[in-house]
Amino acid sequence: MNKLTARIDKERLLLALAAPVLAVVAALVVTALVILATGKNPFEAFNDMLSYGSASDSQIYILNKATTYYLAGVAVAVGFRMNLFNIGVDGQYRIAAFFAAVVGGALHLPGPLQIIVVILVAMVVGAMWSGIAGILKTSRGVSEVISTIMLNSIATAVIAYLLQPDKLGQLDDAGTLVSTKSLPKSSWFFTFNAGPAGELWGFIVIAALVGVAYWFVLGRTRFGFDLRAVGRSESAAEASGVGVKKMVVTSMVISGAVAGLVGMPTLLNDSHAFSNDFPLGVGFTGIAIALLGRNNPVGIAIASLLWGYLERTTGHLELIGYDKEILGVIQGVIVLCVVIAYELVRRFGLRRQQQRVGAELAAQAAATATDEKLEVAR
Amino acid sequence: MRRVTRIAASGIASAALALSVAACGSTSEQKAQDDASSSASGAKGGVKVGVAYDVGGRGDHSFNDSAARGIDKAKKQFGGSVKELTAKTTDTEADRLDRLSQLAQAGYNPVVGIGYAYANSMKQAAAKFPNTTFGIVDSSVDAKNVDSIVFTEAESSYLGGVAAALKTKSDQVGFIGGVDVPLIKKFQAGYVQGVHDTNPKIKVDVQYLSHGSDTSGFASPDKGKAAAQGMLDKGADVIFAAAGSSGSGSIEAVHGKKGAWAIGVDSDQYNQPSLSQYKSSILTSVVKNVDVGVYDLVKSVHDKKPLTGTNTYSLAKDGVSLTYSGGYIDDIKSKIDAAKQSIIDGKVKVKTTP
Repeated sequence: MNKLTARIDKERLLLALAAPVLAVVAALVVTALVILATGKNPFEAFNDMLSYGSASDSQIYILNKATTYYLAGVAVAVGFRMNLFNIGVDGQYRIAAFFAAVVGGALHLPGPLQIIVVILVAMVVGAMWSGIAGILKTSRGVSEVISTIMLNSIATAVIAYLLQPDKLGQLDDAGTLVSTKSLPKSSWFFTFNAGPAGELWGFIVIAALVGVAYWFVLGRTRFGFDLRAVGRSESAAEASGVGVKKMVVTSMVISGAVAGLVGMPTLLNDSHAFSNDFPLGVGFTGIAIALLGRNNPVGIAIASLLWGYLERTTGHLELIGYDKEILGVIQGVIVLCVVIAYELVRRFGLRRQQQRVGAELAAQAAATATDEKLEVAR
Repeated sequence: MRRVTRIAASGIASAALALSVAACGSTSEQKAQDDASSSASGAKGGVKVGVAYDVGGRGDHSFNDSAARGIDKAKKQFGGSVKELTAKTTDTEADRLDRLSQLAQAGYNPVVGIGYAYANSMKQAAAKFPNTTFGIVDSSVDAKNVDSIVFTEAESSYLGGVAAALKTKSDQVGFIGGVDVPLIKKFQAGYVQGVHDTNPKIKVDVQYLSHGSDTSGFASPDKGKAAAQGMLDKGADVIFAAAGSSGSGSIEAVHGKKGAWAIGVDSDQYNQPSLSQYKSSILTSVVKNVDVGVYDLVKSVHDKKPLTGTNTYSLAKDGVSLTYSGGYIDDIKSKIDAAKQSIIDGKVKVKTTP
């Protein structure tokens, strides 16, 4: 019996690894074909990606990028785990970062305290923004897909309205860039100095903590169990005493609070103000990363590192003469391949299981048949 | 027990990651230098121009393309090589700095940032590469090796406003802005002031196609068309659209109404092949010679006398202007010239914010 479980575990592990490996290999092949079609040598490109991506400053860049992407991935994954499609992470992180920047620029508290206030403001604003979608869903049955995507546009408009020179923004000397007041230097987040390679953003620590919290809350608490139960089957969860409506609002709020953190690495470690060139669309990247990482805390980390790696290395490909669109092609192909590969592997696993069960049943039947024959013979 | 092993495993993994960062000594800079020394006989003669475009890049039929025209002209004259990188919407300050640094590191000089988004990152890049000349369009960066290429859009828009005020019959004109960013508001401010200084009784309708970080207003001819149609229906008969490629939609709508005029933007839209069927409705264009600014920078580096500081391309220097193609405003030329002269003489101060 012991032997049997060991065998199944190994096979399961193999199957779990097969999907991402299959996806990455397929993506590489497709990308190579695309580069070939543009009349260039794909192996040179891959070679450059490898050597450039392994440089120490590239690694710092990738980790910094991945910090933001990881938070975005987790924010989306919280919703995914309960079958909620929070497309609104994009609007949530931007409006959260905006108000956090405004508060941070206006206050002059002692450093650490101010950082905590800024982060809390971001989380609360993000949570409130996504909470609107949660309440709309439970009270009026509005699909969260529709409401969150509309809230994205509303967030854009609200920020555009408030980020104006005579309101909460200020113009730079040339009169073209509006930004909020810069955070005082005391409330910049710490960084790890890595010498000539650059500075590693300290917010990576917070991102790691969020990952641990995500793993613990969803995997090790009753709340997490309820949340996953609702995700699997709403009616079954309801029947076993889970307040589905409350869970919808709560998980939307948590998703939004994490989304509020997405803009924080940029705000506290990099730009120190919210301006009209603040990064845009990270929420959508988060969807791809959550998909790629299969909502698993470690998987999301790997996916966000991969994303950072691709952005870093394809940026350099553009410099040495490849087309800038390669990045979009690789990313798109990887996501598609992952979705397809997981489905293929799942079906393959299912078939294997059926075959095995079938074989076992057949063996049993054969055994009983021979027994009967023996009995008849007697 | 299982939990302990899992935590241990993740701990080891993250430690290994941290170590690999520390251990992998050489930065891409050093690697690039290694490569450079092995292939030192690279480009011979001419200037190596590095260009960092704004989102959209070459081929956006608008702002980036006008810069690209200047680059192309310079390349034709001086030879050399051009490297172009393009921004993404998810860019952070770090990304922009990285883009400028990559170009400077690879030996490109000058390195031009197209668009105000590069302002902060260029400040850092200029300090990091003191021997490279940088250029930025539409913003000013305070550093010794940066050429800040700025335009007085409000002044040329003022003249557009004067022309509109003199040509309107319904005493109602319109302004369509692509996105309500400060840059486009300069166009609005100048235009409205030009109209009102000429005839205070004229009503100016103002509409923006998108807001804030939603930059779709610069690339949606359908939105431009709908906005212009709305203004025409309400009685406006001269419409100035400062809206990138959305402006073509506005011009199309204006062409559909007899006696109405459109005012083009950025380049001489009367002579744009894609708009040739509507040219009879294009009164004039408020031109902003981004290509001239970029070309001047490349030329100055080629002549070994690199431009630095803030270079304002004003009405006086023909950095911005009003076009006379088609001859539709020839009859009011004297009045426009008078307005132009009083701006140059400083008798009229054009506002840059509405």
